[in-house]
Amino acid sequence: MAADPPLSRTLLGWMVRGEWRAHPVRTLVAVLAIAVGVALGFAVHLVNRSALVEFDAAVRSVSGAADLRIEAVSAAGFDESLFPVVARLPGLAAVSPVVEVPARTADGRSLTLIGVDPLRAARVTPALAAGSGAGFGAGGALAFEDSVWLSPALRPDGDGTFAVLAGGHRIVLPVAGGLPSVEAGRRIAVADIAAVQQRFDRLGRLTRLDIALAPGARPETVAKAIAARLPADARLSTPEAESRRTGDLSRAYRVNLGMLAMVALLTGGFLVFSAQSLSIARRRAAFALLRVLGLPRTGLFLQVLAEGAVLGLLGAATGLAAGAGLAWGVLGLLGGDLGGGYFSGSRPALDISPGWAAIHAGLGLAVALAGSLFPALEAARAAPALALKSAGQSGDPRRRPALLPAVGLGALGLAFAFAPPVAGLPLFGYLSIALILAAGVAAMPWLARLLIAPLARIGAPVPVRLAAARLAGAPDQAAVALCGLVASAGLMAAMGLMVASFRGSVDDWLGAILPADVYLRVAEAETAGLDTALQARLAALPGVGRLEARRSLTLRLAADRPAVVLLAQPLPAGASAPDLPWRRGPVPAAPGETPVWVSEPLSRLYDLKPGDTLDLPLAGGRSPVRVAGVWRDYGRQFGALAMDRRDYVRLTGDAGANEAGLTLAPGAHLPDVLQGVRAALPPDLAAQTEVAPAGEIRRAALRIFDRSFAVTYALEAVAILVGVAGVAATVSAQTLARRREFGMLRHVGAGRGQILAMLALEGAFLGAVGAVAGLALGAAMGQVLIQVVNPQSFNWTMDTRWPLGLLGGLAVALTLASSLTALLAGRSALSADAVRAVREDW
Amino acid sequence: MSADTPPLPLRIRGLAKSVPGGRVLFEDLNLDLRAGEVVAVTGESGAGKSTLLNLAAGLDSADRGEIEIAGQALSRLDEAGRTRLRRDRLGFVFQAFHILPHLTLAQNTALPLVLAGASGEPALARAAELLAAVGLGGREADFPAQLSGGELQRCAIARALVHGPALILADEPTGNLDPETADRSLGLLLDAARSRSAAVLLVTHSARAAEAADRILVLGRTGLTDRHGG
Repeated sequence: MAADPPLSRTLLGWMVRGEWRAHPVRTLVAVLAIAVGVALGFAVHLVNRSALVEFDAAVRSVSGAADLRIEAVSAAGFDESLFPVVARLPGLAAVSPVVEVPARTADGRSLTLIGVDPLRAARVTPALAAGSGAGFGAGGALAFEDSVWLSPALRPDGDGTFAVLAGGHRIVLPVAGGLPSVEAGRRIAVADIAAVQQRFDRLGRLTRLDIALAPGARPETVAKAIAARLPADARLSTPEAESRRTGDLSRAYRVNLGMLAMVALLTGGFLVFSAQSLSIARRRAAFALLRVLGLPRTGLFLQVLAEGAVLGLLGAATGLAAGAGLAWGVLGLLGGDLGGGYFSGSRPALDISPGWAAIHAGLGLAVALAGSLFPALEAARAAPALALKSAGQSGDPRRRPALLPAVGLGALGLAFAFAPPVAGLPLFGYLSIALILAAGVAAMPWLARLLIAPLARIGAPVPVRLAAARLAGAPDQAAVALCGLVASAGLMAAMGLMVASFRGSVDDWLGAILPADVYLRVAEAETAGLDTALQARLAALPGVGRLEARRSLTLRLAADRPAVVLLAQPLPAGASAPDLPWRRGPVPAAPGETPVWVSEPLSRLYDLKPGDTLDLPLAGGRSPVRVAGVWRDYGRQFGALAMDRRDYVRLTGDAGANEAGLTLAPGAHLPDVLQGVRAALPPDLAAQTEVAPAGEIRRAALRIFDRSFAVTYALEAVAILVGVAGVAATVSAQTLARRREFGMLRHVGAGRGQILAMLALEGAFLGAVGAVAGLALGAAMGQVLIQVVNPQSFNWTMDTRWPLGLLGGLAVALTLASSLTALLAGRSALSADAVRAVREDW
Repeated sequence: MSADTPPLPLRIRGLAKSVPGGRVLFEDLNLDLRAGEVVAVTGESGAGKSTLLNLAAGLDSADRGEIEIAGQALSRLDEAGRTRLRRDRLGFVFQAFHILPHLTLAQNTALPLVLAGASGEPALARAAELLAAVGLGGREADFPAQLSGGELQRCAIARALVHGPALILADEPTGNLDPETADRSLGLLLDAARSRSAAVLLVTHSARAAEAADRILVLGRTGLTDRHGG
């Protein structure tokens, strides 16, 4: 006797083609569900990867051969006396001093002005030393001092010069040439270091030293020697660390977007499950026949699984192509940060990695296989003789649906919600959400019976009792129809809850941090801007009741982390702490101590709490300060700390400011004050100063918030569409598969209207159960997003806000959509043509 | 049985079966079917006729007794072995035809060959021969929706014979057909089986169908008895 043949490819081909020929639309929906998930996941990955590759290349193009880098911890820079100290150390081939000034062009667009010593830069960062090449030539040193070189993204002004605005100064330099090696899209202007220092108040200060090691020198030894000589306001770093920091800036955002894309894929998986379950229920007799004719149980299992794999492969291939196209379009339209605001101005080229394409295709395949697994097992388990006799019959209506698996999954999901982040990412949080979702889907048969069975017992009209009896008697079928709907409704409710909570909390926060009427901010002016005389002039303007000048500057507290923001601001009269949206504290500082109030992200990133001490790198020294409170901040993801401006001036001697809040005097007219403030600013400074009423800033901030969530909404909407398509496909298929039942009902006296009413009610019951379950699941998953995923991803918390309108609308819409779908499918199933037709498509 | 005597297509000894709840269908059922022999089994509804076919096909298990198909005792085979035995030695004809609607007639007919590992082209060529033999020549590419009930049953007969089985189990093969078509279909099945030396165990309510068999047995609680008391 012949041994069992492996899965017959011939049979697989016949069955797959036959099924697809008979139900092309249903098959297409399942393929598209996978394709959409793969496309979104792959597109998000491609955009992220392309952006990071571009940034890495950009960092390298300006870092050149630098092996090490000494960076200033703040925009104030470090003393240039460090340069000769470092340059004399053994093991170094070259050291290039650099001054960087954030600046603007005459048309208000930002750029970075870099001052270098061309001869030294040529040995370490040749891309920044174009002036030392052919164009520089004999006698060029003098020309260099008076000239500027521009990266490809910058263009000279009409007369061959280039105007740069920074720190309230405007200088115009002749353009001597270009910087062809600088990455396209980077807005960089290079000039002589001495000229930049002199003209932008940076005399004696450096931003960084780029260092090339001598051949054979050990980086660790050199680093150790340098570290021993570093002042408090400089840190040792590497170009790799900068690339990493750039990636870290947006990592959580990118991972969250990736996870959202996976949500669409997961919903697609549920749709494959629905499609395969229905397909198998419909083909019960066919599979039983194959078993009788000699197809082994494992052969049938593999056959069904292989059908799912074919769906997955087609979906994955379509998804990869669509994802690449989508990413290309998105990079052109939104840039590399998908609206997140991390990589503004970049337009990276698409960078496709075959390995990652294979991973995403594999995910699509895995989801399709997972969706086919239970249907395949069910098909293989069925007794062939019984299945041949009673094709398409549902199970015993007296059987109680099991709740225990759902409880187990839910408990596990709850437990994972309390787990800490992994490598700064809320991986257990996502796992928790997935398990809660799985628990919800597993509980659907139980819930469907619990909610619907009572309707069958009460003295309701016949259609209601018929509909309720069927759904309560076949809760597994109801669950199959519902799982895609519950998954997508739950995820939408969860996202809606999180976004509403986030937006509400951001709105409250904006109200708390913008108490004044008008705000003024000098852009690109960390070390200059509003001097004391100008502050006094502004305070004395008509209509200005009070002016609170503030200095904000970036500080690097750790070499491997993005910079934090220091806000030196005046305290309200008689108060010992500023008015901030407090999370903890404020607590009074002991006499003689300098209090600082840290933002929530800073508190979480650096593990700081009230009472802790911190050494701030200020003015070339280290200033011990005491943490006296933690406040909510959504503006600076990597942390901020506030301190009394008097303390800041005392510690640094810097009485300048670059921001100010103006409170209007009673009766003052806002437009007049705005005009007065703008007129009071020197022209060069006015060009780089933003003056706006608090209300406008608040509206703009919320606009940015909504824009940054636009991609999130889009991904979510796709997941919902996939889910609704799944419900439509499932409900239609189940309805059409019941033509015999309808025929019987017609024979025993049920009217066409009564049957349609029954179907519409069944659909409505299904939709309502799905909505109830989805909202309950959404509430649970939303809390995980609010309490776990957001704090672990972005280090900020938020207060829960219930978007009752959205959730109620969602419930009504799902109920109506489900009812309508069932009704439409029912009309088709009851038509005479359809009854005669063998093709049971929709 | 001597070594050079071919084994019987079907040999049943001491077979007993009861249904859940304890009702006994039959006890001590014995039956021998020779190659090319056609035996009809009749009996009241619920007597266990279809159960007997399921037992013979290895799709159900007996309380006691032994069934041998072409010399192989079902009790000594695991599920995979019984599946292989069905695939290689048995053919089936059902009352409801069970022709897969999305496959062509040739594909439906070729299923047993494909399940046994044959590749598509040779299997379809062999199926075309059988379809021609049952009067469906030239209709290989048709789909079941284009066929009448009698034609569907002829396709099922071609499928039952395509792999040269030793035994054909036919469960009410004429139950869904009008008398004239039923006669033609049954005649075709029995002639084709006899000409290929395949035994046929025919379960039927129809006296007219049973008359076409070589022997008619009545299934009762004590087993099978000859209709004429033999």
